[in-house]
Amino acid sequence: MEETTLNNDIHVKLTEKFGEKVTAVSEPYGLLTFVTYKDVIINVLSHLKEDLKFNFLTDITAVHYPGKDHGIAVVYHLHNMVEKVRIRIKVFISEQNPTIPTATTVWKGANWMERETYDLFGVKFEGHPDLRRILNMDDLGVHPMLKQYPLEDPNRVDKKDEFFGR
Amino acid sequence: MNHNHPVFTDNDPQSELVTLNLGPTHPATHGVFQNVLQLDGERIVSGVSTIGYIHRAFEKIAEHRPFYQITPLTDRLNYCSSPINNMGWHMTVEKLLNIQMPKRVDYLRVIVMELSRIADHIICNTIIGQDTGATTTFLYLFQFREHIYEIFEEVCGARLTTNIGRIGGFERDFNDIAFAKIDKFLKEFPKALKEFENLLTRNRIFIDRTAGVAEVTKETALEYSWTGPLLRATGVDYDVRVSDPYSSYQDFDFEVPVGTSGDIYDRYLVRNEEMWQSVRIIEQALVKLKTEPKGIFHADVPEFYLPPKQEVYNNMEALIYHFKIVMGEIDAPKAEVYHAVEGGNGELGFYLINDGGRTPYRLHFRRPSFINYQMFAPMSEGMLLSDAIINMSSMNIIAGELDA
Repeated sequence: MEETTLNNDIHVKLTEKFGEKVTAVSEPYGLLTFVTYKDVIINVLSHLKEDLKFNFLTDITAVHYPGKDHGIAVVYHLHNMVEKVRIRIKVFISEQNPTIPTATTVWKGANWMERETYDLFGVKFEGHPDLRRILNMDDLGVHPMLKQYPLEDPNRVDKKDEFFGR
Repeated sequence: MNHNHPVFTDNDPQSELVTLNLGPTHPATHGVFQNVLQLDGERIVSGVSTIGYIHRAFEKIAEHRPFYQITPLTDRLNYCSSPINNMGWHMTVEKLLNIQMPKRVDYLRVIVMELSRIADHIICNTIIGQDTGATTTFLYLFQFREHIYEIFEEVCGARLTTNIGRIGGFERDFNDIAFAKIDKFLKEFPKALKEFENLLTRNRIFIDRTAGVAEVTKETALEYSWTGPLLRATGVDYDVRVSDPYSSYQDFDFEVPVGTSGDIYDRYLVRNEEMWQSVRIIEQALVKLKTEPKGIFHADVPEFYLPPKQEVYNNMEALIYHFKIVMGEIDAPKAEVYHAVEGGNGELGFYLINDGGRTPYRLHFRRPSFINYQMFAPMSEGMLLSDAIINMSSMNIIAGELDA
């Protein structure tokens, strides 16, 4: 109950400041989640850090939804350690031109998280000081977490979902 | 400046920097870590970390495995405390499925998790001792890790990569031998830990090597998203067990030790005190278990909990549930969930997106070693090479968790 009011407060404050740029607000399992856009993401992050006490960047990662207009979601998890609130922010960017401003200007710790996201999903963080692959070798050529790259031999049929009534 | 190539300050051979490849397989780094360091004498001028030597694409594999098959993948993240990873994953799925666990299962889990936290901290602290030249401490306390593994063996049959428990509880109850071994451990370990502390804590050589080395301020640590004993050593009292309790940690009375300067000595002290607190927690859990009804070791959720084999062969419902779970046909809500546990090195988070398929749509591990380690190279600048080595030991970076 208490958590919900806190989440409401944060939602109200964010809407005051960013208006329609804060959309698709939901609370799965009590964790305030919203979608914003890449032109304001750094403002949103620094506003959350400076004014709403979300001083801690827990994680940056991405999710690939192939076939959509904006098929890559960059997901930020922030944490307000004082009031014990977490928040999740998503930015959907296009697959053809996956660019987003870097969060290293707000948190230095974003450096490797963004490098990992670049390595696995090909998201180009503009202004990142050292955007190189981190886990895979430099000449891999693909960004392996994208859904078009199969894990196993794509010709195998025994694991296809249609054989299980889906 | 390109860090990958040697830099010559001028033509004087005395001022030439030396490039040192520390790793990937260097005996002093205890794992597969490569750092290309530029040395001016024994002092590090700059460094570049290269990681990924044991990257096994767990996040990709997880997108092709039903939930119960992901537990063995988590074993291999931080393999020094596999049970914490296993339980963290189980609790993530249970959160997704809205399963309430019986208190007895929570307490059993707490026992296992605290034992593995002790095992994890034993490794780190004894290795700091080893790297500062005190082999005795390493050989002496390390045998208790063996005793902990014997307890795990009794509970689940495995020692290092435990695959302990199931989604929904444990696969079997703790037997009497397991409880006897836990009691024996609780009797013997505090004595040994006390002696271990006597060997190191007030040891002049150890203090000279560690105190004031690699100091980190709170602000820097938070800026770099540090968690776990490293963050607490700088003076921030953040512990997931307290701030976001899971598995009934709110029922336990324990303290979160914090340091002041964030140097190697403080990290050592914080880990030692955490071992004492873990012992306290296990003792309380054993007392609490006595008041709980006996024989409950899993939640009553047949559609998600793998049934025992005998029932699968003799009972129709069990066979159906078994088939559905193994084929990934369980009815999980389409949702996304983030769950964090306090691992040996810090906040171990699981970000799971389920779209109703047989496997997770996306699973991301927030791996504390990965995030903590990015500060190693910038921190090392200006440090002596020998200090950088113990700095790395005290950060307790586990290669499996670093590379996933």
